[in-house]
Amino acid sequence: MTDPSSSSTLAEIILDGISRGAVYALVALGYTMVYGVLGMINFAHGEIFMIGMFACVYAIGLFSMAWGDHVLINLVLGVLLAMVFSAAYGYANERIAYRRLRKAHVLAPLTSAIGISTFLQYFIFLTVSKEKVQFPRYYSDFLTTHHLTLGSVEITYLRLAILGLTFLIMGGLFYLIHYTRLGIALRATAQDQLMASLVGVPVDKIIAFTFILGSALAAVAGVMVAMYTNVLVFDAGYRVGLKAFTAAILGGIGNVPGAVLGAMILGLTEALTTLQFGSEWNDVSTFAVLMLVLLLRPRGLLGERVADKV
Amino acid sequence: MLKLRDVQAGYGAIEVLKSLNLEVRAGEIVALLGANGAGKSTTLLTIAGVVPVRGGEITWQNEPLPAKADAVLRRGICLCPEGRHIFPRLTVLENLISGSLLFPTDRNPAKLEEVFHYFPLLAERRSQLGGTLSGGEQQMLAIGRALMGEPKLLMLDEPSLGLAPQIVARIFEIIRLINQKGVPILLVEQNARQALRIAHRGYVIVTGQNQLTGTGAELLASDEVRQAYLGE
Repeated sequence: MTDPSSSSTLAEIILDGISRGAVYALVALGYTMVYGVLGMINFAHGEIFMIGMFACVYAIGLFSMAWGDHVLINLVLGVLLAMVFSAAYGYANERIAYRRLRKAHVLAPLTSAIGISTFLQYFIFLTVSKEKVQFPRYYSDFLTTHHLTLGSVEITYLRLAILGLTFLIMGGLFYLIHYTRLGIALRATAQDQLMASLVGVPVDKIIAFTFILGSALAAVAGVMVAMYTNVLVFDAGYRVGLKAFTAAILGGIGNVPGAVLGAMILGLTEALTTLQFGSEWNDVSTFAVLMLVLLLRPRGLLGERVADKV
Repeated sequence: MLKLRDVQAGYGAIEVLKSLNLEVRAGEIVALLGANGAGKSTTLLTIAGVVPVRGGEITWQNEPLPAKADAVLRRGICLCPEGRHIFPRLTVLENLISGSLLFPTDRNPAKLEEVFHYFPLLAERRSQLGGTLSGGEQQMLAIGRALMGEPKLLMLDEPSLGLAPQIVARIFEIIRLINQKGVPILLVEQNARQALRIAHRGYVIVTGQNQLTGTGAELLASDEVRQAYLGE
């Protein structure tokens, strides 16, 4: 540890891990919140993330045609529009594919979700783009080429933005869930739907709100990943979705802080693996960590007892 | 105040209430008695707007009662359901606040003070999770939560279920106190003797229909009730 280069490497790994984790966390929150309220896994959530990516890029294209390349304005509007777009898709999924199945056997909404996932992938593939789409460099260059130097560590503006925005969103979400009346209504719905309706909580609206909120967060994550990797593909949601889902399970599905913790562990594992063995080993190491954690703690790190359902 | 006229209700193909007539007048405690499956809980859930009405009519203060849970609550009818249904991972305070979600917050401090006046124990445990309370404490919390809606009619479903006799006596004492403050109460109970002691009137229902009605004392004295529900 006395060698300065190794300590900077460690700091860089942590930074890399946390920013990967931050993106996974934004997506994992959508899985975990929906599970918390409905007890179902929304397998189409990765596609909502992917739709957010595409919506942002196409919105930016539209804006720049309409009034020129104002980087900041177009980017901010693009992110907002992506959130609205993803939220609309998330809401539509709930309304069309899940609501009627709420009282059905657990496999029914699950199957429906897998169907929606495939449907959305190929719907985007066929109607939006069969090719990979580039994120407009002009909009991400400023963030990816500039960086801040802290001691021996260099942080790109994009990473700073990812970290800042994610922690801001998480703080807001934590406040919403724990310190507002809406948060009480949300947790009440998750814990006991009959009683929630007896105290006047509009259960259907709260469930729809959960989907809308989770989808908007996924859209933000989508834009971040799009700027980071510069490439958009119709099946991008599958990989990130699977990782985020794994993070949610790792932390204890249904548990909001658990999803963030799981995502951070996953991000750090990936960062470490990339450095030590190369990124092609990422999937091996992350799922090894998942299996190890589940063997020791079957309900995840912060998971609740099964008896009192989330 | 509350009138049920020839009410029918049920779940799916099962008809639970066949023809139920019932009235709660201002200031009364009304006990609703009957064997398991007679439709007592269904009656309360139907009034609360959770189980849909299939026939007949429910009126409240001479107006038809809407069949939606939040609308019923806004009109001042609160149900404390069977099994207490405490939110296990909300704190005691949050459980209480959940009872007032439909209403403006400015009355909350006064309402909380009233609840803590009836149940001082809840004040001590306000930051404890609901699921960690004992059965009796949970029942107190459930009643407290209903009071947070400032009920004009309080419906209690089996408040004595699974509780020790001493605690049951305390809960009934508090039910009586709440009633003396002017809140009419519709009470469903297995514990018929205890219920009839505090009730002004009572109804006995069998398979979703009225069988007997009378004052608490009349029912306590009736042979039918003694044999069927008091085990004498």
